[in-house]
Amino acid sequence: MEQLLEQIAYCVEFGKINKLAPYPPDMKGQDGADELTKQALDKGIPADDVLQKALIVGMEKVGVKFRENKVFVPQVLMSAKAMHTAMDHLKPFFQSGTIKRKGTFVIGTVSGDLHDIGKNLVSMMIEGNGWQVIDLGTDVKPEKFIEIAKANPGCTIGLSALLTTTMGNMEKTVKELKEQVPGIRILIGGAPVNDHFREKIGADFYSPDPQGAVEFLNKQVA
Amino acid sequence: MKKITEQLRSGKIMISDGAWGTFLQQMGLAPGECPELWNIEKPDAVLKIATSYIEAGSDMIETNSFGGSRFKLANYGLQDRVMEINKAAAEISRKAAGNSKHVLGSIGPTGKILMMGEVTEDELYEAFKEQAVALFMGGSDAIVIETMSDIDEAVIAVKAARENTDAEIICTMTFERTVDGNYRSMMGVSPTDMVSRIIDAGADIIGANCGNGIEGMIHITGEIRKSNKNIPVLIHANAGMPVYKDGQTIFPETPDQMASFVKELVLSGANIIGGCCGTTPAHIREISEIIKKL
Repeated sequence: MEQLLEQIAYCVEFGKINKLAPYPPDMKGQDGADELTKQALDKGIPADDVLQKALIVGMEKVGVKFRENKVFVPQVLMSAKAMHTAMDHLKPFFQSGTIKRKGTFVIGTVSGDLHDIGKNLVSMMIEGNGWQVIDLGTDVKPEKFIEIAKANPGCTIGLSALLTTTMGNMEKTVKELKEQVPGIRILIGGAPVNDHFREKIGADFYSPDPQGAVEFLNKQVA
Repeated sequence: MKKITEQLRSGKIMISDGAWGTFLQQMGLAPGECPELWNIEKPDAVLKIATSYIEAGSDMIETNSFGGSRFKLANYGLQDRVMEINKAAAEISRKAAGNSKHVLGSIGPTGKILMMGEVTEDELYEAFKEQAVALFMGGSDAIVIETMSDIDEAVIAVKAARENTDAEIICTMTFERTVDGNYRSMMGVSPTDMVSRIIDAGADIIGANCGNGIEGMIHITGEIRKSNKNIPVLIHANAGMPVYKDGQTIFPETPDQMASFVKELVLSGANIIGGCCGTTPAHIREISEIIKKL
């Protein structure tokens, strides 16, 4: 049983989606996250164990390696794909309430900015850590963030910006969110952003990598 | 006019231009506005940028077409105007360059990730072909494929430009410093990984752009030179890393500071030097002064 969970975690860490997937080459023809998750559930392994001991473990490993520049965007994307395939098998258990998400995270790229690669990475890492993620996409107006934040009490907001010109819109979004939704937690990220900027605009947390965002969120519910 | 690669053969160091994006922003381009649409709606402003670089001493200038692929233009509903917008971009830069300076038709990444199946290789090829042909028709004598992070996308873009135009082909990727002090693109490509694949695809000139600043470019150029002694190298460096001050983002490196690294950059093997985000005609003027004295 434990071995099966370890295997799933390995598939997620190395991005082995299913048996047919050609990536990674050294796992060609082997079962992937898809088949192994199904087998685990069929054998009666609790869905929560699959989530906690396999998916979250695998995603954390790849998140840490990404932070240490041991892997890059393609590997993380493949891991996320493997995680999503496994997560599909867990959907009924989330729906029935057998397993619960840690909380809700709302993410989007700020107004005027159409870049989404970094935002998507963060979104996938957080989802793979057991959070409900509401992805609002790119070019998201402050009003939209406020509306969704109000509709999801207790949620945390993530703001992304790639362009130096849209950092001002990030500041505006933080200000309006803090005014309209008292107590809202906001974390920010993106290539031109740093912790100094975060302090200046009054956001709660900055992380240069997705794993840092995961760790910040987990601290909120620890 | 002699080709860029022919002019370099004599050992000449050439000067490229500076930033376009941040320059357009200074001239009033709003966040969320399509920069390339200015080629049609505000051609005089675009011409002013191009002319200012020629006056500063650039031997070659780019075109305002970085996001001119159908995939990027689709964000603004302009995907059916690729030919018109890119041709106009090249015509404006050609007007500033006259017949004695080079026009590099700029092509940036599509923002679509091949390995995630967001786009097929054929779709990428067609999109780059369409843009490169339009830039060539508008008067670009070279095509610069830049800010690439995925080697496969870069290779497709180089082939599409090579196989469908008579332009000289330049390809530069963007590298960032990793925690262990090496340089990798966002997709994990190292400067040495890049060299043979881009050259095999048909690039005449390779190099790096954007990134962390000119100092890191010395290391990156050295890495490229370790794998290939002869291929001409073009470097477009940022004016440092952006700093946020009083609601505005500034790139901190002054023309003097940037120019102080130029000699070392040339010694490490760069043949063409210009700027990326945050650089201005003043930076280019200073860089060209240094190069004249070398």
